[in-house]
Amino acid sequence: MLELLKKPNIDFIGKKYITLIVTGTLSIIGIIAIIQIATGKANMGIDFAGGTEVQLRFEKPVNLQVVRSALDAGGVKGFELQDIPAENRVMIKTKQSEGDLSKIADSITAVLDQNMSEHKYVIDSTTSIGPKVGTKLRNDAVKAIIMATLGILIYVAVRFKFQFGVGATIATIHDVLAILGIFYIMGKEINLIVVSGLLTIAGYSLTDTVVVYDRIRENLKLQFREPLPNVINNSINEVLSRTIITSLTVFMAAAALFFLGGEVIHDFAFAILLGVIIGTYSSIFVASPILLLWKKNRPFEKK
Amino acid sequence: MKKNVLWRFSLIGVTVLVAVIFFLPNTPLFKFMPDWWKKSMPSKGIVLGLDLQGGLHLVFEVEGDKAVEASTERFTYLIKETLQKKKLQAEVKRNGLQIEITPSSPEISTAVKENYPNFNMSTSGQNLVLAMADKEKTAIKDNAANQALETIRNRIDQFGVSEPTIQRQGENEIVVQLPGVKDPRRAIDLIGKTAQLEFKLLDEESPLAAQLPQAVAPSEEEGLLSQFADKVPEGDEILFEKRVNRETGVVRKSPILLKKQAVMTGDLLSEARVSLDNQFSEPYVSITFNEEGARRFEEVTGANVKKRLAIILDNTVYSAPVIQEKISGGNAQISGSFSMDEAKDLTIVLKAGALPAPLKMLQNVTVGPSLGEDSINAGKLAGLVGTLATIIFMLIYYKGSGLIADFALILNIVLLFGAMASLNATLTLPGIAGIILAIGMAVDSNVLMFERIRDEIRTGKPPRSAIDSGYDKAFATILDSHVTTLITAAVLFQFGTGPIKGFAVTLSLGVAINLFTALVGTKSIFDLITSKYKIVRLSI
Repeated sequence: MLELLKKPNIDFIGKKYITLIVTGTLSIIGIIAIIQIATGKANMGIDFAGGTEVQLRFEKPVNLQVVRSALDAGGVKGFELQDIPAENRVMIKTKQSEGDLSKIADSITAVLDQNMSEHKYVIDSTTSIGPKVGTKLRNDAVKAIIMATLGILIYVAVRFKFQFGVGATIATIHDVLAILGIFYIMGKEINLIVVSGLLTIAGYSLTDTVVVYDRIRENLKLQFREPLPNVINNSINEVLSRTIITSLTVFMAAAALFFLGGEVIHDFAFAILLGVIIGTYSSIFVASPILLLWKKNRPFEKK
Repeated sequence: MKKNVLWRFSLIGVTVLVAVIFFLPNTPLFKFMPDWWKKSMPSKGIVLGLDLQGGLHLVFEVEGDKAVEASTERFTYLIKETLQKKKLQAEVKRNGLQIEITPSSPEISTAVKENYPNFNMSTSGQNLVLAMADKEKTAIKDNAANQALETIRNRIDQFGVSEPTIQRQGENEIVVQLPGVKDPRRAIDLIGKTAQLEFKLLDEESPLAAQLPQAVAPSEEEGLLSQFADKVPEGDEILFEKRVNRETGVVRKSPILLKKQAVMTGDLLSEARVSLDNQFSEPYVSITFNEEGARRFEEVTGANVKKRLAIILDNTVYSAPVIQEKISGGNAQISGSFSMDEAKDLTIVLKAGALPAPLKMLQNVTVGPSLGEDSINAGKLAGLVGTLATIIFMLIYYKGSGLIADFALILNIVLLFGAMASLNATLTLPGIAGIILAIGMAVDSNVLMFERIRDEIRTGKPPRSAIDSGYDKAFATILDSHVTTLITAAVLFQFGTGPIKGFAVTLSLGVAINLFTALVGTKSIFDLITSKYKIVRLSI
């Protein structure tokens, strides 16, 4: 038998104060990120904020500075540039969404044609989203996150006991907050596809939590003489290697997406990568210690 | 026991066969299938989303308020006529979405109430104020949205796009998806043009007509309108004629004073086609009225000989010729320095009819074909690498049992593609990501089982009972973890738009199929082996 960890015996619960700091910090950053998102200060994708994005592929490598000065000279205001040098791709993003939506992208390419006509390019894609749609998509995303969280809470509460449901939900919320927080700190764009990554993680991070909870539930019956912290510790140690391996396989798939899947889903894959790591962490260091909150000893024996 | 195993293997075999049949149209092999197969077997397979095959995704808002306004304007004239017929002296004027009648008298209000019950009436000072009932407004807006949908559908049908999607969304939105469109600008113009064709008489008697400048630059349009705003006589308006200099291409706009009420509109049209001008071989659009239209046109031209009649499309004057004589036969032409494509598109919109209200674009996503191809290739590579890495990892870590898990993984992938093809599901870029993630999650169930089996072996159980109790104990965990993922996938499907929906579909199908392959697939192989051979040590 090839084993990742041979009979680990780590005192997870004993480290709860250290992990409380980590968890707390991640969550607070996440909450700050949410406030910034709500007040429109975070780096929001045009699907939420409204705006126009033009993606171009040039025939030959092009210096971003050239594009920038061409746009400046043409009077395009408030744009951001991003490039993928390996593919000669350049993305131009503006928050402009007023007026005739169908003409904004055209006006940008017209400026490029005029001011840097020696650089040939093809238009890969253009996206213009009006403010009304942006607001609707943002509300939908918030609704989706709330619905998913509620659904998970209800399912876990039905399948386990109420305390487990609360623990699993807090762990899930923690995961979502942590990823949002990290995205915010890194200045990464929060868009629709990243939010779907968040929801995927909300669902997936439960896998690990369920594995640990299953074992705790089982051990509560078997090890009835042990104090609760020990039962939880034993359970985590017993399932530790499978928790890591299930995460590892998804991590590998997400890594393939991250490195090879192309620019459009790069951030999505990054959210999943983060989520897999944080989800594993939270099932051990968040979901499990929370069970201690109810009663220090033997709370779940009989209803 | 043996019979049971055989039955399960047949089940797996049949599902794989069905999956392959459904997925065949997406492979190059389909070309080589015999004709009877192509006719009677599934031939559509998985559909590529707009983000992968390129095309246009547009969302428009039908500005229903404008339709209500236009309808109020029509009623203003109707009420005026009714009152005139009844010999009731009153001034009828539209003010926004209200109609004001001065003075208000009991006779007038009875006459209006009898003939126009859809209006709420109130008095304010000397005026009788009419406002359309809310129910009527909603009906007009709803009707406008339906009519706009129908008009857009007609226009796109004539434009020629294969498999367009045109749908109403919510109260007043229309979603248009045009896969593979090469000239997005042209398609957008074609859909968005209101195409309200009107014929209006020029007001040449007013002193203002002589005061208006010959032509202004397009940027001076607004200024000119506000300069003359209070000089425009009651019932008149100023519109512009666009003039393009043939040599220099400079655009100038000539203001023209017109009588506001159209003497004819484009809804009486029966035919529109492109013709070529002899002198400059420049295309123009000739239109033919239907019977009623031809009669009206004859009347109008007959009554206004030597006056000028403007041909107006979407509030732009195209020409304003002098009526030389009564025109019978119902033919007219619209010229205006068109390119061939512009003229062709104009005939399309004229034939398909005007939009009942202007459209406002809410969302415009255009994807070129090369980006989609790159995305597919990147997705394929990522999928291949992800799958191989998972397969190798399982082999190294779980050895013989890992091989069984890998078999389940491949079964999972085959069934997933088959299931998507059978539903003619739309594959989007996030959908590809969903497949790759599902591959990563697919072996999770096996990991959970194998670890349970290892637990059982450690307690000293022989392989066969270790496998059985391992499966039993892991089942609840596997079910729980799958259901939670399905919950979020369902939420994503509910709230997501196009590409995200595609992700939700692949992820949830992948997870559901995984339950089958893990619980039926791998277990059957274990059962087959343990029933045939006496296993002393399990390779796990």
